[in-house]
Parts: sequence; structure tokens; C-alpha cells
Amino acid sequence: MTPGTFELLGFGPQGWGFLLLKAAGTTIAAAICGFFLGSLFGLLGAALKLSSLLAPRMIGQFYTTIFRGVPEILIVYLLFFGGSVAVTQVMNLGGFPGFYSLPVFVIGVIAIGLVSGAYQTEAYRSAFLRLNRGQIEAGAACGMPRHLLLRRIIAPQTLRFALPALGNIWQSVLKETSLLSVIGLTELLRQAGTAAGSTRQPLLFYGIAAILFLIIGRMTGAALGGLERHLAKPWSR
Amino acid sequence: MDWPFLIDVARQLLSGVPLTLQLAGSGLLAGGVLAVLVASAAASGIAPLRWIALAHVEVFRGTPLLVQIFLIYYGLGQIPELRDSFLWPFLREPYWCAILALALNTSAYTAEIIRGALQAVPEGEVEAARAAGMSGVLLRRRITWPIALRHGIALYGSEVILMVKATSLASVITVAEVTNISYRLISSTYRALEVFVVAGAIYLALTFLVSLAVALVERRLNAHHAHRRT
Repeated sequence: MTPGTFELLGFGPQGWGFLLLKAAGTTIAAAICGFFLGSLFGLLGAALKLSSLLAPRMIGQFYTTIFRGVPEILIVYLLFFGGSVAVTQVMNLGGFPGFYSLPVFVIGVIAIGLVSGAYQTEAYRSAFLRLNRGQIEAGAACGMPRHLLLRRIIAPQTLRFALPALGNIWQSVLKETSLLSVIGLTELLRQAGTAAGSTRQPLLFYGIAAILFLIIGRMTGAALGGLERHLAKPWSR
Repeated sequence: MDWPFLIDVARQLLSGVPLTLQLAGSGLLAGGVLAVLVASAAASGIAPLRWIALAHVEVFRGTPLLVQIFLIYYGLGQIPELRDSFLWPFLREPYWCAILALALNTSAYTAEIIRGALQAVPEGEVEAARAAGMSGVLLRRRITWPIALRHGIALYGSEVILMVKATSLASVITVAEVTNISYRLISSTYRALEVFVVAGAIYLALTFLVSLAVALVERRLNAHHAHRRT
């Protein structure tokens, strides 16, 4: 007897429910790790691009041009194949013969971090440029040292101005994790593909994957919207 | 530097460029037409039409393009009515599935761009046109659409660039465009960096040409503001 839709999606012996939820967890974990790694790259990139020296500015420009202009999937392939070649070479030089590779989750997070970092660079940079110069001067005139100025004046306002753009970048990061299915990470799309293959129900399982992506995107979007309103409170009148 | 290898890679990858451009071009063309329909439906007075348009935008912007491609390529074959219809010879082909997915995807983003551009038309300009006796199609053709076009063109330019990049996902369903050829070269030679550099250069060149073209169009559309430039 062929199982019905409810058995297929349920948590019973013939159900894919548990595996799909687990895969959704992997998707969310990869997206969160990739996004925060991207924040690191983004802050670094913004600092480079805002530098008064030519060389750092050019490095920053190079970074954002490459990682925003080249398809994400190519970057995933580069890190997947190139990464394992590099790791193998290092290990072989160190006296460990054989073939080595990095876990696909790590490769995926680095790829997403690099790409979203390039977009976050622009978000942080334009947010910093919107800061009121007078406030920074006033803080300095009050005798605030640089780190205090950064913590009290610059960081909170930059974050607030950058948040709408960061929210958009988060949504694309979430969708980009689906690309990691091509290098074998069992995230939502790949798990749906496995289920579709073994049950011959692609419409059902890819449809479920799409719905889960929509739900995750909607919920995190609502949370980010709440954060945005919270951070805007001191400025509301 | 292994020049013969790089030149060989470049030759093979360039042979995929026409297919990449076809995917992007057809997707943008069909997606553009669909976007106009969706945007008009979203602005229409008929509620069910509005709901369909909103759902269309929500679904195609909220889910990954790769999921959409798989749904169309693997999923549609599950519907017997479709398998028996005249559409099946097309929907069986990865090439047409990729174009359909790209078109549906870009139509949702473009519909939002159109909506935003129309909203950005200043109320005063429309009122002035009405006061001058214009209405209906004349008002739209002379006032609303030209102003909206100037507002939307920059955003549409970045959508075109995203579209050129998005064609790379067709590689996953065996369409032999630039990324598909790159993948086969990388997995057979394991020289990821060299292939990536060449493929990346091709995509950067394409996106650069697109942004150049958009800048030229923008310049021409804003020719009447030219005296403001110094």
C-alpha cells in the first residue's frame, strides 16, 4: 500500500517529517553562521573601504566587486574543490599523506560569509556615512577616547541605520543556503530532493521545502522588524 | 602561470556564453511582460486579482530560485494532465524549465520595482496634468510612465545583473551554460582556482557591460536634467 500525503509528511516510520525538520534546522544554522561570519567580513570590508589610504580602499573595492559580481554557486564550487585541494596539500606537506577535505557545513558557511560580507560591507559603509559628523566631534570634544566613541556613538547608530539593509541581506542569505545542497550539505532542499527521489513525489516535497523557506523567512523577518522598531525607540517622538 | 591551460579553459567557457545570454535575455523578456501583468493586477480594483498578484510576489521572492527550478523541472512532470498536454515537449527540456523559472522569479521582483516606481511619481505632477486636461492613457503615456521609468531604471539595472548571475543555477539541471562547463572542468581537473578566475572574469565582464548599458540609458532618460550636471 502506498502511504498517503499525511503519512509521508508525518513523523511515523514512513514519514519524512522528522528529517525535514532536522534539515530545516541545518538550513537555519548555516544561514545564521554564514550571516554572522559575513558581518565580520562586512565590518572589515567597510573599514577598508572607508580608509583614508588608497591601498586598503582598493582591497575593499576588489573584495566587493568580486563577491557581488560572480554567481554564488561558483564561489561555493571554488571553496569546495579548491578548499579540499589546499587542505590536502598542507596535510601532505606536513607529513600526512592521503586525501583530506573540510566538512561541507564549514565550506558552506565560509562561502555564504564571503558573499554576504560583500553586501554587508556596503550596508555598514553607507550607514556609517549617514552618521552625524557633529556628534562624533562633540564626543571627541567631551574627551571620549576612540573606543568609547565607537561604543557609545558610532556603533549603535551605524547598526540602526544599517538594519533595514541587513534584513534584506539576511533574507538572501537564507535563500542562498539552498545552494549548499549542490556540495552535499543535507539542508532543506537536499533533504526534500532525497525524499522526492525515494517516494517519487517531487511536487509534494519541493513544495514543502518552498513552504518551509517561506515560513522561516517570514518569522525571522518579523523578528528583525521588531528589532528595528526597538532600536528606533530613542529617536521616536 | 599555465597559460595554455587558461586559454583552453577560456575557450571552453566562452562557448557557454551564448547560452547564458539566451537564458538571461529570454527570462528577462518573458519576466518583464509577466511583471507588467502582475503589477497591474496588484493595483487593480478587483480583490481576487490583487490577492493572486500579492501571493505571486510573496512566493517567488520568498523562496530560493533553486527550489523553484526543481519544482518546475522535477515537480511538473508529476501532473498527468500536463504530461499529456502540448506543453510537455517544452517542460521536459531543462532549457525551457530554466527559462520559465527565471522568468517567474524575475517577474516577482520586477513587479515590485514597477510598483515602487509608480508610487514615486509625485502627486503634484499628476494633478498638474489633470488640470491641463489630460486623463486616461494620455496622462499615463505623457506623465506617469516616463517619470516612473526614470525612478525604476536604476533598480531594474541591478535586477538585470542579478538575473545574469541567476542563470548560473540552470547549470544544476544540466543546461550547459558557463557555470555548468566550469563545474565539469573543475571536477575533472581539480584546478578550481584557475577555472574560477576565468569564469569569474566572464561574469564580471557581462555584469560590467550591463551596468554600462544601464548608465547610458539613465543618462539619456535624464537628458533634460543635463544642465544640472557640472
